[in-house]
Formats: sequence, C-alpha cells, structure tokens
Amino acid sequence: MGNVCTLSAVELCQALRKGEVSSRALTRAYLERIDALEPKLQAFLTLTPDLALQQADLADQVLFEWRKDTARLLPPLTGLPIVIKDLLCQRGVRTTCGSRILENFIPPYSATAVQRLLDAGVVTLGKTNTDEFAMGSSTENSAYQITRNPWNLTRVPGGSSGGSAAAVASAMAPLALGTDTGGSVRQPAAFCGVTGLKPTYGRVPRYGLIAYGSSLDSVGVLARSAADAAMLFQHMAGYDPLDASAMDVPVPRYSLQDKRDMRGLRIGVPEQYFITGIQHEVEQAVRNAITAMQGLGAEVVEISLPHTKYALPVYYLIAPAEASANLARYDGVRFGLRVDDPNMTALTRKSRGAGFGPEVKRRIMLGTYALSAGYYDAYYGQAQKVRTLIKQDFEKAFEQVDVIAAPVTPSTAFKIGEHNEDPLAMYLEDVFTLPANLAGVPGLAFPVGFDGEGLPIGMQLMGRHFDEQTLLQAAHTYQLFTDWHTRRPEF
Amino acid sequence: MLTREEVEHIAALARLELSAEETELYRRQLSAILEYAASLQELDTSEIAPTSSVLPPHGVLRPDEPRPGLSLDDVLRNAPRVDQKQFRVPPAIE
Repeated sequence: MGNVCTLSAVELCQALRKGEVSSRALTRAYLERIDALEPKLQAFLTLTPDLALQQADLADQVLFEWRKDTARLLPPLTGLPIVIKDLLCQRGVRTTCGSRILENFIPPYSATAVQRLLDAGVVTLGKTNTDEFAMGSSTENSAYQITRNPWNLTRVPGGSSGGSAAAVASAMAPLALGTDTGGSVRQPAAFCGVTGLKPTYGRVPRYGLIAYGSSLDSVGVLARSAADAAMLFQHMAGYDPLDASAMDVPVPRYSLQDKRDMRGLRIGVPEQYFITGIQHEVEQAVRNAITAMQGLGAEVVEISLPHTKYALPVYYLIAPAEASANLARYDGVRFGLRVDDPNMTALTRKSRGAGFGPEVKRRIMLGTYALSAGYYDAYYGQAQKVRTLIKQDFEKAFEQVDVIAAPVTPSTAFKIGEHNEDPLAMYLEDVFTLPANLAGVPGLAFPVGFDGEGLPIGMQLMGRHFDEQTLLQAAHTYQLFTDWHTRRPEF
Repeated sequence: MLTREEVEHIAALARLELSAEETELYRRQLSAILEYAASLQELDTSEIAPTSSVLPPHGVLRPDEPRPGLSLDDVLRNAPRVDQKQFRVPPAIE
C-alpha cells in the first residue's frame, strides 16, 4: 500500500478487514506523520502514542481472530485511528478543555460518544487543541498554544474545534471528534477544507462533553468526506440514559448511496445569508455549488429566515448565561486548579481568577450580568423569546424545502491575531452558524472551492431535526462530482 | 455604559477575582456587547413564549434504583486537597 495516511476512513476500514494493513502499521504511520507535522501545526494538547499502539495491537488480534471466522461479530471500526477534541472526557487521559484550570485533570470516565467509538474498536491518537471551554472561533483562545491552518500557517484554523480540523486537513488523522455550540465544528471545517457534521441537538449524547452552553452543545465529526463522517457518526448517535437530552429517537442506518442525481431534493436559499460584507469569492463558490446541485436535478427555492440577524445577540446572551452557570463548578475544591486562601470565598475567587483565561472570564461576566436581578427579563428572557422566533423561521422554511444551503462563514480563514483587540468582531465570524444551534437543527459543512489566496471555502446544508441522512446524502452526491474535498495542503 | 461598581458587583456574583486592568477592560467590552444586544429590544415579543430547550417535551423519569457510581478513589483523584478520604477546604462557616 502507498501512503496509508491519504486513504479515506471508509477505505481504511476495508483495508484493515482484508488484512492489507495492520492497525499497528496504520497507527505508526499516523504517529510518524504527527511527529513530522505537529511542530508546525500545534494541533494537539496531548498525544497518547503508547495507548494508541496498545489499542492497535488489540485490534490486530481481534481482526486476526475474525478473519479465521468471519461469521463472528467484528466491532465495525476495529483498528481505525481517530483524534478527540480536548473538550470530551476520555478515561485516564488528561482532558484540559484548553484551560489552565483543568491542566492536570484526568477524567475518571469517558464521554458516551468516546466510549461508543472505543467499543466500536477505534484507536485514539490524542486530544486536540480547542479554544478554552470551546469559547472562540479561531483556537487562539487556547491557554496552551496557537494551532495553525495547514493551508497557510499565518492563518487561524477556525474554532473552537481548530485542532481537530487542522489534524484532519493535514492527514494527521483520518477522522476527528469535535463539538459545536455556535459553529465550532462547521466553521473550522470550512476554514480547513474538510467536511464537518454538527448533528441535531439531542442526537449524540452530551454525557462527558464538558459543558459550555447546555441547550446548544452538540458532539460532531470532522472528516475528509461526507461518507467518512457518516461512518463515524453512525456509532455515536442514539439514546443515552445518562443524558436526559439525548432523545430516544431511532438511529437510521446512514448508508449513503452512490446516487448520481439530486432529483426530488428541494434546496432553500435564504436571502439573509447573502449579505453585504460577505467575501465575494465565498458567495460565488457557494452559489456555484447550489447551481451544480440544481444541475443534478435539485429544485432551488428562494426562502426567507427573517430573524437571522438577531441570532448573534441571542446567542451571545444565552450561551454566556448557560456558561456562567456551568462553569460555577470550577471552585478549587473537587478538581482543577486551586489557589489557597484561609477564606473559602477568596479561595474560589482566586482559583477562578488565576485559572480562567480572558475570553472565559468575559463570557462568565456577560452571562452573570444577563441573569442578574433587574436585567434577567430584558436580556436573558428576551433572548429566549427571540430564540423562539428563530426556531419558527426554520420550522416554516422546512414546510417548503428539505435542506437550507448557505455559506458557513462570511470570509475565508483570517490571520492569526487579526481579531485580538475586538471580541465583537470575533463574534461576528459566527453569524451564519449560530442559527442552527439556536434552532437545534443539524448542519453539515463541506468544501466548495478556494479563494485567490488558496484558502478553502465552505458551504453548509442545514436540515430538519434528526434528518442528518438527507444532508449527508446530498453532500455525498456533490462529492461524487467534485474534487474540492480531496485536495490537501502540501506538506 | 456599565460603571466600575457594576462590573465589580458582577465579578463578586461570579466569584471571579479581577485585576484593576481586567475590571476596566471588561467594563468597556461588556458595555459594547450589551449595546449590540440592545437590538433585541426592537422586537415585540409580548405574545412569544421563551425557548429554553429545542427538544419536544419528553419524559426523562427513570426508576429510582440504586446503581454503581464512581469509586471513592476515582472521585478523589483530581482533588487539590484530600484529607481522610474527603475534600479538604478552609472553614466555610464561622
């Protein structure tokens, strides 16, 4: 076999089953690639090569036994390496959330999504960099390091799942787990030229996903193609008694057909996502992709999501409000950083003051304010009501269309440091991704072109609750006809 | 515009120790963000119900049966101070 790191995850699973490659050889190939590229890209917060090789050896044994008797049940992802965003707990492996406050935290349990994949046989290479507690759109808010965009090392990879996106784009891993509260899977996928799935809220359990905004958080996938994303997603989705928001809705078999047309698919194009200020090449590439889908038989319908412009202020009240409550648990007592003081309240205040970075403090302050007596109705209460209007926009649109097509971001990857001084300018990067989280609908980002600087351009499809299948199938058909998703940065 | 006292009050509620520079920085930045958020006030929402969850109402009750949890060692492993298998803290009540 040539360079195994360039094969798709679907191909790798087949090669592992056939014995064309061992999990150990595959895992070593990825670890060697990480050794070579990581000094430039800084995508990982923790690498677990020993654990990975142990898992790989076990997988090789399982595969060996299975080949002697293929009637036996084989865990479907046996031997396949993946990487995990450092916001998801993995038992026994340091999990920091990109924060100093959890610098030495070793989770005593694994997130449900992680455990399900381990049960499906994956090999885990390490934990990827993230904006602190997923609060950011560039991964610059990590307390540890700045991850670089593999397409241009002076650019951000997006965020907050920037480490996962950079790892997949540079083929340091075939697949990665990410999380998406306001765009944190789709936006880095767009910036790095990979495919990113944010499932329906409640589709993948949040147990063991360290909480940021509990009514918005979702566990997603970063992959090289819709087909690869579907394969991983299949084994994460479904009811979980440990998460009351993980709905008991049957998980279909996400089997993507090599369908060469899109007849019967109604695509809505919302005018509010093609606004002044959007980079011309982004708009052009997204419109070209929509035209291509029309050429494959899809019906294109102009639609309106009239409350889109309110998504940003709604999100930046609701998410910080939820964060301020969720992050109250970091008190210097049970886990995390502690700055000692003879006074209990002072101990908590000092521990949090020393352990949280600037963006986390900013959002805790904002959320505390929005929830405080005298301001609750005007800020948090009003935001929850406008959230209803945003949700209703989607409900009305999905009476007319099956999916909604839009850009992921107003522009391609920005420069490292570009938004350092102005948090509001950074928040504006999320303007097209926030509505899906507020409405709880699934979103799938995938590459549809490059700008004049050679930076990838992403498009997203949003769908009905629990209808990831339609998004994945549409992107898969598009990817049968295009090669944007197969292009890789040179290393 | 938020005042310095308001920012200090929020920081106290949030149990966050802030330096003087941080207090001033957040006073300016939070003021700008809240000003931006004021655009929500232009919508009449008197007839609109708030959304706290996007999920349809669903039962989340389970039988009240004991089941195994984490071991004491697992729970205490990440604690900054442990004394006699308990979390050690300074006196919280005078």
